[in-house]
Amino acid sequence: MSKEYPKGKANLEVLSETLQGLAANDRDILVVTSDSRGSGKLVPFGERFSDQIIEIGIAEQNLVGVSAGLASAGKKVFAVSPACFLATRALEQIKNDIAYSDNPVKLIGISAGVSYGALGSTHHSLHDYAALRAINNLAVLAPADNFETRRSIEQANEMNLPVYIRFGKKPMPHLHDENTEFVIGKGIRIKDGDDLAIIATGECVFPALLAADNLENGHGLKIRVISMHTVKPLDKDMLMEAAEECRGIITVEEHSVHGGLGEACASCLLQNGYGLPFRIIGIPDEYTVSGSQSEIFNHYGITGESIAETAFNLINIK
Amino acid sequence: MTTDELKIKAIEYRKKLLYYIKNAGAGHTGGSLSCIDIISVLYNKVLNVSPDNFKDPLRDRYIQSKGHSVEALYVVLAACGFFPEPDLETMCRYRSHYVGHPTRKVNGIEQNTGALGHGLSVSVGMALAAKLNKQGYKVFTLLGDGELTEGSNWEAALSASHYNLDNLTAIVDYNGLQITGPTSEVCKTDPLDLKFSAFGWSVEQVDGHDFEEMVRIFNGTPFRKGQPSVIIAHTIKGKGVSFMEGEKKWHHGVPDDGLYRKAMHELDKRMELIR
Ligand SMILES: Cc1ncc(C[n+]2csc(CCOP(=O)(O)OP(=O)(O)O)c2C)c(N)n1
Ligand SMILES: [Mg+2]
Repeated sequence: MSKEYPKGKANLEVLSETLQGLAANDRDILVVTSDSRGSGKLVPFGERFSDQIIEIGIAEQNLVGVSAGLASAGKKVFAVSPACFLATRALEQIKNDIAYSDNPVKLIGISAGVSYGALGSTHHSLHDYAALRAINNLAVLAPADNFETRRSIEQANEMNLPVYIRFGKKPMPHLHDENTEFVIGKGIRIKDGDDLAIIATGECVFPALLAADNLENGHGLKIRVISMHTVKPLDKDMLMEAAEECRGIITVEEHSVHGGLGEACASCLLQNGYGLPFRIIGIPDEYTVSGSQSEIFNHYGITGESIAETAFNLINIK
Repeated sequence: MTTDELKIKAIEYRKKLLYYIKNAGAGHTGGSLSCIDIISVLYNKVLNVSPDNFKDPLRDRYIQSKGHSVEALYVVLAACGFFPEPDLETMCRYRSHYVGHPTRKVNGIEQNTGALGHGLSVSVGMALAAKLNKQGYKVFTLLGDGELTEGSNWEAALSASHYNLDNLTAIVDYNGLQITGPTSEVCKTDPLDLKFSAFGWSVEQVDGHDFEEMVRIFNGTPFRKGQPSVIIAHTIKGKGVSFMEGEKKWHHGVPDDGLYRKAMHELDKRMELIR
């Protein structure tokens, strides 16, 4: 019997309510948008807190630069824009005006990964972890479900540091109960097991869990599943613990196989002397196939069945 | 093609783009309806480009910087014979080349666009190459009025006048709306004519749904020797479907069955009147 995961809403839907909760108690909270309040489902926020939302227009570089200035004056700034444009159109502003200059802006990349599906590669952000991981003084997060999304926004707000948080717009099932401990920089072990560990981030955590259930039911394998919501700084302890205790590791991410979670894990493991069966599942280095998010996931093997197959083959190689 | 024929085409194209948007379940309806007449005039009356000469280095170039209105471009390219129209049945489907923004996998498309604020710079490069190679082709690009807040446009505008690119024409789809609402409320860009002329461009205004005027003005470029030209085309977002006109929610709204029938019915009625 496969475990049931209760239905949740889109992580995107959690953004507006969380920010409203924060803004109600803190007049310094500011949401800054680039013709993106509709895409960010922030219209209700804008109506309720009309003096805590700043519209910049379609100008992501300006969005990030202005946000840096606002933050330098003590405002608690959430810059919200599609991840594809926010992360790399404004890359130099993120690097210089925010990270290098210590302006603790929270960058919220909406409709991330391939959420925009058939709108095509201009609208995909499959390179944001890679680009932003290389920038010092910036945390990079991809929450998996509604709970992780809310907690990452709330905790980022408490931190006096720059943070990038990206998520999608498809409804996500609930993967945690409300009492789960959530700490930026610490992975969450959702499922125990020591045959293999699947370390996933963002919307890939759910198919990773399905794969684990699948392997348990079909083959009696015990699969550890970790939600590595913080891609940087990576929870190296949890990763190395998995390498100690499991027979292999698979990483899964809605990102290019280059420069993301998988390569971050590989680098840590190898440099700490761990050599074990290891696979990176993500979007390969090619023109991404066209289609909806789920068609793209299917195509590249980011489904419960496909991850299970990769996992099964991985532990069976000697 | 006569003005009367262009008017008939305007309705046929609108019906087709609505059909394909409905069929795909996705699309940027309002902006496609606002620029379809501009694209029609370009391909039917202005540009020296066709499926036969598309590989010719001397062809004219059209770069659609406001890539989201790709449905309008697809419909006109199909009508000009760049690809079989039924290909558009696959729009936005798994493995289709006809994705929601222009890509060069589709015959007739010069440049991949969709992230706003890129087309003008690329067009400057194409126009500059023509000057360097002493080639006579012209470059046209279509910009959204909301898109103009991307600073890259103004960097490109400086390059264009610095290099005296009178073979370059930018057309602004001046429909006054973007996603959030009126462009004047999101981030003022007016007066556009004065801004462009201060950047060294010669400026004309046109009614972006008046075929005679567009044919005359588009074919009158460059307006001044040695200067890039900009045409501010006054348009209506959602033009041609009464309940979509001037309504921001149709930016990427897809009509349900009832509204789709209503829209088609309106367009049929209009066709009866002009036939
Ligand atoms: C760089 C970038 N930022 C944001 C978007 C999302 N977006 C698509 S269309 C649009 C509004 C465009 O408004 P406008 O240029 O006026 O186009 P039109 O009214 O003709 O549809 C926005 C913000 C984008 N495609 N590219
Ligand atoms: Mg507009």
